Amino acid sequence: MKKVQFKSNYSQYFFLAPQLLILLIFLYWPIIQTFKDAFTMQDAFGFGSQFAGFDNFLFIFSDPSYFTAFKFTIIYSFVITLITGSIGLLLAVQANKVMHGKSAYKTLLIWPYAIAPAVVGVMANYFFSERYGLLHHLFNNLWGFNWYENVFDAYIYVIIAGSWKQISANFIFFLAGLQAIQKTVIEASIIDCKSNIRRFWTITFPLLMPTTFFLIIINITYAFFDTFGIIDTTTIGAPGSETKTLVYKAYIDGFKGLDLGSAGAQSIMMMIIVLVITIFQFRYIEGKIHYN
Amino acid sequence: MKKYISSTINHFILSIGLLIMIVPIWIIFASSTHSSLFINTNGLQFFLGDNFIENYSRVLFKQSGFFNEITALKMFFNSFVMATGIATLSVITSLMAAYGLVYFKVKYATIIFWLIFITLLVPLELRIMPSYIVMSKLNLVNTFAGLILPISASAIATFFFRQFYKSIPDELLEAAKLDGTNSLRFFIDFLIPLSKTMIAAVFIFMFVFGYNQYLWPLIMTTSEQYWTVVMGLKTMYGSISDRFAFVIMSMIPPVIIIIFLQRLFIQGIFQNK
Repeated sequence: MKKVQFKSNYSQYFFLAPQLLILLIFLYWPIIQTFKDAFTMQDAFGFGSQFAGFDNFLFIFSDPSYFTAFKFTIIYSFVITLITGSIGLLLAVQANKVMHGKSAYKTLLIWPYAIAPAVVGVMANYFFSERYGLLHHLFNNLWGFNWYENVFDAYIYVIIAGSWKQISANFIFFLAGLQAIQKTVIEASIIDCKSNIRRFWTITFPLLMPTTFFLIIINITYAFFDTFGIIDTTTIGAPGSETKTLVYKAYIDGFKGLDLGSAGAQSIMMMIIVLVITIFQFRYIEGKIHYN
Repeated sequence: MKKYISSTINHFILSIGLLIMIVPIWIIFASSTHSSLFINTNGLQFFLGDNFIENYSRVLFKQSGFFNEITALKMFFNSFVMATGIATLSVITSLMAAYGLVYFKVKYATIIFWLIFITLLVPLELRIMPSYIVMSKLNLVNTFAGLILPISASAIATFFFRQFYKSIPDELLEAAKLDGTNSLRFFIDFLIPLSKTMIAAVFIFMFVFGYNQYLWPLIMTTSEQYWTVVMGLKTMYGSISDRFAFVIMSMIPPVIIIIFLQRLFIQGIFQNK
């Protein structure tokens, strides 16, 4: 909010109207519908529906495959965040140090960021196919790789497919974060502390905290929602439902299984998860980090 | 000497990073220049073959899909219309909404603020089924409007523009007011030129975001006439080298945009921080 503002009775609504209109029709209407679905039970033939209270929620909580999806989504988010964050940071630190070729490295490492997750999934498909797949052959020679029967192997498949392009995003933001650190701070710290590694963990890394937490949120959101295209083009949730994310399961139950009630309840559960993450971000993280 | 060693290590680690990011795409590209027969007998290839022109032109112009009603060229056209529509609509509505929020005294401002920003918690993936039902009620299935509008219903750009406006000094508005500038003129003559970098960055971001949509076009297009590139990838049939060629072509538009406009894009993001 500005201290100096325009005084007008109606112009502000002219500026707000287009966005509010689009949001009301294409966002709030479906959301209200989601809540309605979540609290009604439809009979299998679509003839009628009735108010069901929390039955749909009780149903998903008693469904073991919901917990499988929940467990997988948590593991997936955690591993993707860890892998892409650490590789992205490692590369960004190196790229920030080199004298020559900095912008060439930057350009070449940035561009996988632009590739759609579904395209990455289709590519991963080829590398893990029994017929052509280089990675399939490599892992198969190492320990007998078989992703459609072995859960661990399926995890490896979707984690590699899911992490690859996200390394770019982490790299871009870490590099920008590193470049924003003032030269004088680094120069002063060189005088105080000779060890490169210790200097990094005690001076540079704490200064990168805002970027790190921003990226944790970005990576979790990515693993929750954007990986739909990857799952749908790689394992399709196999073996069984072991690699279904929560979003993927809600889509399958709603669109393929036509169980609107369960899909609605699952969507609301995910909204709650996103809400908790967001509150955590604002309350806890924003309070603890010092922006320079 | 010590400096030389450490710089060699830096370059070495970066080169491994480059290999991880580039080799997979190179292998798919190299394989896409061989004939399907060759791939089927010899597997993925690391060196270029000589079927490049043949494979790529066949994929671009051949009718494909379940009913052979669409060419890859038409899918590119559809993707462009969709991505441009999403980017344009988001930029315009968000630019305006952020202006309304920052520069005016609005009644029920808190409610409107929350109405807009709580939508950040509900990505399209969470409301996919009911969105489809709403679109079919509005008769928007198999239309560009149906592909564009629900994805433009996002407040992420509004958030960026709002942050940016807040960083503009109050003196600008005071000076403009002294000159008797009205709110529409101030918006068009002062704010839009000032936000050029931000607008470009948001446009690029939304364009790539729109182009890369997968789930929504999958659901919204029962007619092959509206298939987009990214969703067509999975459903498109053809020989293995055709599919490799299509994968490579599908990533060209967003990758070119990001490479050429990366400076603008990064600048736009970090103006806010």
